[in-house]
Amino acid sequence: MVDEVLAPAGGDLVVAAAGPWQLARRRLLRNRVALVMAAMLAVIVALCLCAPLYAHHIAHVDPFRSNLDGTTIVNGKRVPVMVQSTQGLGLGVTPIGPTWDVHHYFLGADEQGRDVAARLLYGGRNSLLIGTSAALITCFLAVLIGVVAGFFGGLVDGILSRFLDLIWAFPVYLLAISLSTVLIARGISFGPFHLTSGSLLLPITIIGLVYIPYVARPVRGEVLSIRRREFVEAAIGLGASNWRLLWSDVLPNVITTVIVLFPLMLAIDMLTEAALSFLSIGVQAPKASWGTIILDGQDVLYTRPAVALAPGIAIALTVLALNVLGDGIRDALDPRAKLRRTDGE
Amino acid sequence: MKDRKSLVAVVLIVIVAIATTGTSSARTTSHRGGTLKLLANAAGGTLDPQVNYTLQYWQLYQATYDGLLAFQKAGGAAAFNVVPDLASNYKITNGGKRWVFTLRKGVKFSNGQPVTANDVVASFRRIFKVKSPTAGGFYNGIVGASKCLKTPATCTLAGGIAGKGNTVTINLTAPDAEFKYKLAVPHASILPANAPPNDAGSTPIPGTGAYYFSSYDSNKQLVMKRNPYFHVWSQAAQPDGYPDQITQSFGLTVEAQVTAVENGQADWGYDFPPADRLNELGTKYAAQTHLTPLTAFWYAPMNVNIPPFTSLKARQAVNYAIDRNALIKIFGGPKLATPSCQVLPPGFPGNKPYCPYTKNPGTTWTAPDVAKAKQLVNESGQKGAKVVVISANDEVQKAVGVYLASVLNEIGFKATEKAISGNIAFTYPQNTKNHVQINVQQWYQDYPAASDFLHILFGCESFHPGSDSSINMAGFCNKPINAEMNKALKQEVTSFPKANAMWAKIDRQVTDQAPMATMFTPKHLDFVSKRVGNFVFSKQFYWLVDQSWVQ
Repeated sequence: MVDEVLAPAGGDLVVAAAGPWQLARRRLLRNRVALVMAAMLAVIVALCLCAPLYAHHIAHVDPFRSNLDGTTIVNGKRVPVMVQSTQGLGLGVTPIGPTWDVHHYFLGADEQGRDVAARLLYGGRNSLLIGTSAALITCFLAVLIGVVAGFFGGLVDGILSRFLDLIWAFPVYLLAISLSTVLIARGISFGPFHLTSGSLLLPITIIGLVYIPYVARPVRGEVLSIRRREFVEAAIGLGASNWRLLWSDVLPNVITTVIVLFPLMLAIDMLTEAALSFLSIGVQAPKASWGTIILDGQDVLYTRPAVALAPGIAIALTVLALNVLGDGIRDALDPRAKLRRTDGE
Repeated sequence: MKDRKSLVAVVLIVIVAIATTGTSSARTTSHRGGTLKLLANAAGGTLDPQVNYTLQYWQLYQATYDGLLAFQKAGGAAAFNVVPDLASNYKITNGGKRWVFTLRKGVKFSNGQPVTANDVVASFRRIFKVKSPTAGGFYNGIVGASKCLKTPATCTLAGGIAGKGNTVTINLTAPDAEFKYKLAVPHASILPANAPPNDAGSTPIPGTGAYYFSSYDSNKQLVMKRNPYFHVWSQAAQPDGYPDQITQSFGLTVEAQVTAVENGQADWGYDFPPADRLNELGTKYAAQTHLTPLTAFWYAPMNVNIPPFTSLKARQAVNYAIDRNALIKIFGGPKLATPSCQVLPPGFPGNKPYCPYTKNPGTTWTAPDVAKAKQLVNESGQKGAKVVVISANDEVQKAVGVYLASVLNEIGFKATEKAISGNIAFTYPQNTKNHVQINVQQWYQDYPAASDFLHILFGCESFHPGSDSSINMAGFCNKPINAEMNKALKQEVTSFPKANAMWAKIDRQVTDQAPMATMFTPKHLDFVSKRVGNFVFSKQFYWLVDQSWVQ
C-alpha cells in the first residue's frame, strides 16, 4: 500500500510503503507537544512508582502513620513537625511547611504530621491505578455493549441502547456519588465476591461503570456505519460468520476510536476519583489518593496551602498531559479529523 | 466641727452612691437593644425544647423557656446551682418521693396566655407523648411513666402528677436526688397545654423566657425577639436580656464564620474554629477569644460485644497506645485540652484523678506505652483483626479518627477510618445493627452529677440493642459494676459526698474495664466580635447569649 511521500535528508523523494499503525506512530512522533506531554506523563508515573523508594530510603518516613509528636531537621536544627504556637494565647498547632529538602519533609507535613511529598507519590499510585483500571473497565464493557448493539441491531440494540440511555439520564457525578455513598458503608457482596468498603476495587468499579455510555455510544455509531460498508457486505456475501465479521472486520475498525477515547477517559476517571475522594466517598483513609490529600489540605489551607496545592497541581498536569496526548493520538490515527478541524468544518 | 465634718462626709457618700447607682443604671439601660448576630454551619434540627438534644439550641432555650426549676444564670460554678423558676418554692415529702411545687403568679407565655398548673401537668405528659430522648432516662421515675413509655400517645401519668390551683405535685416511684437537675433541663420546659402532642419541628412553641422564637427556617435563620409579656420574677432563674433581637444564621462554613466575626459582620460562630485559624485568634484577636474548661470528655467507645474489643486486653492496649498529647495537638494544643484516662472530668463531682494507662501509672497521664500495648494485643489473640474507626466528618473528629486508625495499625490491628455525616455520627454508632467497633465521641454533661457520665454512658439501663437510642455505645453491661452504680444513686438521696466517694470507685472500675479509651478533657473556645460586652459563661449551658450586649 502506497500511502505517504517522505522527504529524506538527501532531498530525493522516496515513496515509502507503511501500514496504518506505523503511519500513525510516525505522525505522533512528529507531534512535539504530544511528545512533551507523553514525557511528562511518563515522569509522573515513574515518580509515583518510586513512592516506596522515596519514603523508605530517601525521606525515611511512613506516609500512613500519624507523626504528631515527631521531629525533623531543618537547616541542621531538629525541629518539631507540628509547631505549637507560643504567641498570644498560645492557640493552634501548625504543621511544618515545605523545607525543599528531599530528605526532610520536602513539601512539608499535613495535619497528622505526615510527609506530604511521600503521600503525594503514594496517592498518585492510587489515583493512576484507579483511573487506568476504571478506564479499562469502561472501554472493555463499552466496546462489548457498543459492538453487540450496533452489529446485531433490532431488539438487542433496542434493549442495550435503552440501558445506556438509563445510565446516561443520570448526571454522571450524581450517579457516582450516589453509588459510592450507598456502597462505601458496607461494600458490595455478590455471591462469593465481597468488596470491602476500604477496597480500591470499589471506586474502580463505580467509576468504570458510570462512564460506559460515554464510550459505548460512539462505538455503537461506528459499528452501525461499518456494518453498511462495502467490505463488510462483501464478507457477508462470501458467507463469513458473525464471529468472523466481528473479529476481523468490525473490531479492528472501531479499536482506533477506543484508543483515542482511552486517554481522555483516563483523565476523566482520575478527576472523578479525586472528586469522590475529596467527598470522603472514594479512597478511604489511611490509604491516600490525590483527592484525599486535597481533602486533608483543606484543613490547613489557611496556614499550609502547599498540602492542597501539590496534589491539585499533580492532577492538573496529569490531566493536561492525558488530554493533549489523547488529541495527539486522535490526530495520528485520523489525520482527516485534524484537516476538518483546520478547515473549520 | 467634728459633727459637721461627719455630716458633710455622709452627704457626700450618699451623693456619690446615688450618682454611681444612676450611672450604673444608665449604663445598663444604654446597653439594652441591638441585634446579636450568631452563626452556625447548620441548623440544630427540631426547635421543640422537649425533643431537641443539642448544645446549639439548649444554649438558646435558656433565654426562651423555663422549667419549674432552673440552673442559675450565672458565670462559673454558680451555674450548677438549681433555683426555683416557674415554681416560687417547693418541698419534698414522703421520704423524697413527693415533690410539691407552688407556681408563681402572673407569669405569661409569649402568646399572652397565663401559666397554670394545667400547663405544667400537660408539659410533663408531653415529654412522653413526643418521645423526648430523655423520657426513659430522666423521667422514668415518675409514677405512671413506665406505662407512658409503652403507650406514649395515651400518656396521662396517672398518679404521677397532679395540679390544683397553683400547686403541682409530682410523685416518684423511688427517691431521686438528681430529680432537681432533671427538672432544670430544657426537656422539662413548661409549655402551653395546647402545644402539639408531637414533635413541633420548625414551628416555634410559645415559652415564658425573656425571648421567644419568632421565626425558624432551618436552611436560613432562627430569630429570637423580646417576649412582650415577660417580666423578671427571679434574677437568678430568668434575668432580662440585653439585645432586642438574637439571630442565628445557617450555612456559612466554619472558616467563613471566623472571618465574619473578625470583620464585625457577625458576633459569634457556634462551630469550633478551624485548626488553621487558632493561632490567628490567639494572637490578633486574643481580647475577643474566651477559653473556658468544660466538664466534658472526648472518648472512643469500644464495642465490648464485637471482636476484637470483646477482649479486655485489646481494649486496654488501645488505651495504652494512644498518645493523648498528639490528640491534643489535633484539637489545637495544650491550651485547649488536657490529657485524661478516666471518665469523670477534673473538678466534677466524684472525680478522683486516676490514670492506669500511661508509662508511669498513677494519677496523671505522662506518655503512651506502645510496647505494653503491642504485648497486650499479642496476648489478646486479636492481632491482625480488622477494625473500622467511625468518626464524624468534621475536621477535628475526622483527624482524631485517622489518628486512632494509625495507632491501631501500629499496635497490630488492621484499621481503616470511615468518616460519616455529623448528622448521624451520634446515633449511628448507638445502633448495634450497624456493628460499629470503635468510634470517636464526646460527652458534655447534662447536669452536674457523676451518674450523668458513668450510669448514662456505661450503665446496663442505657444499653438497648437494635435501637438508635442506646447511649451506652460500648454495649458495656457489667452486672457487679452496675449494682454499685445503683447503690451510689440511692446513696445520693441521703448524702452526696458519700455517693461521690462511691462514684470515684466506680470511675476506677469502669476505667480498668476499658469499654472506652478516654482521650482528653476539652476547653471551650468562644470567639466573639469586638462589640460584644459582658461575656458570661455558665458551666452548665455555656455562653449566656442574652446576657451579653452589643451596644
